[in-house]
Amino acid sequence: MTEITSLSLFELIKNIKEKKISSNEAAKSFVDRSEKSKKLNAYVTENFENCLQLSKEFDNKPNFDLKLPGIPIAVKDLFCTNEVRTTAGSNILNNFVPSYESTVTQNIWNEGGILLGKLNCDEFAMGSSNETSFFGNVQNPIAKDLVPGGSSGGSSSALAANLTPVTIGTDTGGSIRQPASFTGTVGLKPTYGSCSRYGIVAFASSLDQAGPMSKDVEDCSILLEVISSFDKKDSTSIDFKRNNYSSELTRNIKGIKIGIPKEYRVDGMPEEIENLWKKGIEYAKDCGAEIIDISLPHTSYALPTYYIVAPAEASSNLARYDGVKYGLRSSGESLIDMYEKTRSEGFGEEVKRRIMIGTYVLSSGYYDAYYLKAQKVRQLIKQDFDQAYNKVDAILTPSTPSSAFKIGEKSNDPVSMYLNDIFTVPVNLAGLPAISIPAGTDKNNYPLGLQIIGKPFDEQTVLNIAYSMEEKINYKNNIIDWWME
Amino acid sequence: MTIDLKTVKHISKLARISLEEKKAEKLANDMNSIFEFIEKLNELKTENVEPLTSIAETTLRFREDKITSDNIREKILKNSPEKNDDFFVVPKVVE
Repeated sequence: MTEITSLSLFELIKNIKEKKISSNEAAKSFVDRSEKSKKLNAYVTENFENCLQLSKEFDNKPNFDLKLPGIPIAVKDLFCTNEVRTTAGSNILNNFVPSYESTVTQNIWNEGGILLGKLNCDEFAMGSSNETSFFGNVQNPIAKDLVPGGSSGGSSSALAANLTPVTIGTDTGGSIRQPASFTGTVGLKPTYGSCSRYGIVAFASSLDQAGPMSKDVEDCSILLEVISSFDKKDSTSIDFKRNNYSSELTRNIKGIKIGIPKEYRVDGMPEEIENLWKKGIEYAKDCGAEIIDISLPHTSYALPTYYIVAPAEASSNLARYDGVKYGLRSSGESLIDMYEKTRSEGFGEEVKRRIMIGTYVLSSGYYDAYYLKAQKVRQLIKQDFDQAYNKVDAILTPSTPSSAFKIGEKSNDPVSMYLNDIFTVPVNLAGLPAISIPAGTDKNNYPLGLQIIGKPFDEQTVLNIAYSMEEKINYKNNIIDWWME
Repeated sequence: MTIDLKTVKHISKLARISLEEKKAEKLANDMNSIFEFIEKLNELKTENVEPLTSIAETTLRFREDKITSDNIREKILKNSPEKNDDFFVVPKVVE
């Protein structure tokens, strides 16, 4: 039989329901593999003992009607977990133990999921390579010293290395889709307002969304169905009728109109990305989709807009870390001195850089020139998509402008690091759902992803197109467990 | 436009982040390269565009003013760097 850890979530659930595998056997397998995979540095906090105990309790009193019956799941360390340390990858929250649970993780436990551990991420989700984490770099299981993407880098690494059957990440500018693309896995950012933000350590509140990461599209639909819910505790949660994403999943996308935006052909885009996109278009046609050329004229303004909006919101959200009620405190001679030293020692370089940018663009005399201007351009970017969706049902683009890069390769140049998110950021600004699916490899055999962007609240079409294309692409990760002890 | 050292120090005061001289210089450089990149927005005319303030087109909901969480004072205080009985302790503010 195939190893338990390499089963898809769907297969694992099936085996547990048919009593071929117990929850405890599953938990033991994932714990054991995680223990042997410390070189990846995917975990910040392990919950292995608890997980094994809870899996036994599940087996003693099983409930097979649940959607995730006794399934161990590790989650990004940006989700607050009751009584389990939550760091957001930051020194300032190094010792923080929440007294409440995020809605998204609570939804998972309510359906029978069991917390396996908390996964590494860029500090406060600010980064595209997991290099800004206080807890160190994460290795990409694809190859040694390769970044796993970010900010959900621990999540993508753990998932690709089979340390967890599925996982969840958060995506503010591409933090689910880019790491999925870098590790040959599937990652979906839902429509803004689909998944509750309650209990997620806030980065940029008008952009942040939680979403599923998985080995295939079917698993992605199962997990989305669990985590997407209307939540009174999140003031921007939207009460719309959610699909039964997994049971409504179909490969029949005949006649679906897919747009190809010419502005995503950016200067200096490597030929292999261009070729991947062309191949993707052919796959979509093979699946029965109709391909239509479209224009999203303000695409090149998305990144500059994002680098005003996101830091502005971050500087405001991160004002709460002052060393008083929780988190790190450095000693100071006065209250102000204590604040300044705490924040200087508690935050890493990238976070400080973004707080500074955010503070500057919101400061007196600059608000109109930067923040208001960015909000106006954000409107234009959203209108681009609105107009495109009069003609098409979804949009197909590459997920990233390159494959995974080496650790350290881009960490000294913030702008070159930011350019990584060029294809993912417009989607967050417009609040749309989008998925990244593995679609091929580059010359080094590193995975490359394609992105499918949908209409607001139309995750089902996005999933269906991905499901259909996935079968045609038939991508398989070739991971050789080089890190195993 | 360039952001000088004086501005960086002023912003760091506003952001309540203490900054060493050497780091301030590096930060000024980083911020300048980021703002150079941001200036691209000035190519666009936006006088007649409504700013997009919220992507979710909903009005904020009202709720009853009622306590819904359990008594978690102990747990909350447990995370505090310094406390005294039921209070958070901070360095002396009044002389």
